[in-house]
Amino acid sequence: MIGSPALDFDAELRSRGIGPLESESVATLQVNVGKLCNQACKHCHVDAGPTRTEMMTRDTAEAVIRAVRRFGIGTVDITGGAPELNASFEYLVVESRAAGAHVIVRHNLTVQFVPGKERLPELFREHRVEVVASLPYFLAQQTDAQRGTGVFERSIEAMRRLNDAGYGREGTGLVLNLVYNPVGAYLPPDQAGIERDFKRELATRYGLSFNRLYTITNMPINRFRDYLVRSGNMERYMQRLVSSFNPAAVPGLMCRTLISVGWDGRLYDCDFNQMVELPINGGLPATIFYLDLARLERRRIATAAHCFGCTAGAGSSCGGATTR
Amino acid sequence: MHYYEANDLDRFSEIGKHRPDLFAKFNEWYEAVQAEGALSRREKALIGLAVAHALQCPYCIDAYARASLEAGSNMDQMTEAIHMASAIRGGASLIHGIQAHNAVDKVSM
Repeated sequence: MIGSPALDFDAELRSRGIGPLESESVATLQVNVGKLCNQACKHCHVDAGPTRTEMMTRDTAEAVIRAVRRFGIGTVDITGGAPELNASFEYLVVESRAAGAHVIVRHNLTVQFVPGKERLPELFREHRVEVVASLPYFLAQQTDAQRGTGVFERSIEAMRRLNDAGYGREGTGLVLNLVYNPVGAYLPPDQAGIERDFKRELATRYGLSFNRLYTITNMPINRFRDYLVRSGNMERYMQRLVSSFNPAAVPGLMCRTLISVGWDGRLYDCDFNQMVELPINGGLPATIFYLDLARLERRRIATAAHCFGCTAGAGSSCGGATTR
Repeated sequence: MHYYEANDLDRFSEIGKHRPDLFAKFNEWYEAVQAEGALSRREKALIGLAVAHALQCPYCIDAYARASLEAGSNMDQMTEAIHMASAIRGGASLIHGIQAHNAVDKVSM
C-alpha cells in the first residue's frame, strides 16, 4: 500500500497549502557507518544486526572528514548499526572534534559489553561526545520485547557506567540523552510527560540520571514494516500516521537541516530515505567524495509514504518531537 | 459477518450521515472532554479504558487501550484501571445483597 495515492506525502502537503518540502541548511552531517550491530531490534529501520557486512571503509571516512573540514559542518551525527563497531569510528570522532564539530553518537548501550569496547564511556568523555542512547522503556519487559532478551539489564549497567563517567550528571556538561521508541504499532506519548516518568523511575529504581528523552516514531520500513505486515497492523498503522498529520511538525523536520551519508558514501535526505534507497536531489550523482554543499543547502527533499512518520502527532526526528 | 466488526470503529463518522448536526455536536463535546485540563490526557485515557471495560464495549476497549499506550501508560497501569472498573462492578452487585437482606427480613419472622 506504500505509494498508493492516499499515502502521497507531497500531495498531502499541497492539499494543506504547504511545500514542496525544501531544505534550509546543512547544519548536520549524519554519518551512517554501516549495518553491523550487536543487536537485532524488532523496530530497526536499518535492518541492522550481527550478520550484516555493509561497513564504511577508511577511504570513505576520510572523505567525510575532508567534507567536515572544508565546509565547517557544525554537527557530525554518527549512527549505524552500532557505529562503535566500525574500525574508523574513533577516527571519525577524533577528527570531527579536531575540525571543531559537535559530535553526536547514537549508542545502543549494550555495545559497551562487546570485547574491546569496554572503554567507550571514557572515549566519549575524552572527546566531549554527546551520547544519544536507546532505551525504549524503564522496565525490562517492554525493553527486552523490542531489543532482545537481557538487553534491559545490560542497558542499565551501561547507563551506570556512563553516569560514573560523568554523563547525564549535573554540572559536568557531558550530555546523555535517551531515545524512546514505542514497543509496537502505536505513536509515542507526549515527550515531556514520558521524560518525567523516565527520570523518576530510573532515579528511584536504579539511581540513574540523564539529560533529555527524545520520543521517536517507528518508521514503516524494513524490520518494523515486516513486523507491521506480519502482525496485521500495517494498514491501520499507516492510517494512524496519515490521520495524525500535523502541519506544525513540518518546519522542524530534520531533513531540512541535515544530509545523511551512507556507508558507501552516497548522500540522502535522511537516514530513512537512505534505508529505502530513495536518492537525494532527484537521483543526480551525489556522494561524499564530491560534496557540492552550495547545491544541497537549498534542495527539494525526496519524500515517500514513510515521511508521514515524521509528521504524525507531535512530530518525530533524531532529536525527538518537533513541536511543543 | 459478526455483530462486532473491528473495522467499524473507523466508520464511526458514518453515524453523521443522518442528523449530521447532532453528530457534530457530539464530536465537539467529545473532543472537548478529551483535551488536557484539570486531568491529564493519560488520566483521561485510563478512565476511558476503565469505563470501556465496565460497558464491555469492544470498540472502546480497542480505542482506549491504544490511547493509553500513546499517552505513556504501561500494562501494569492499564491493568490496575481495568481492575478498578471490575471491582466497582463487583461491589455494585454485592452491595445489592443488602436489598436482598432487607427483602428477606421484611417477610421473615
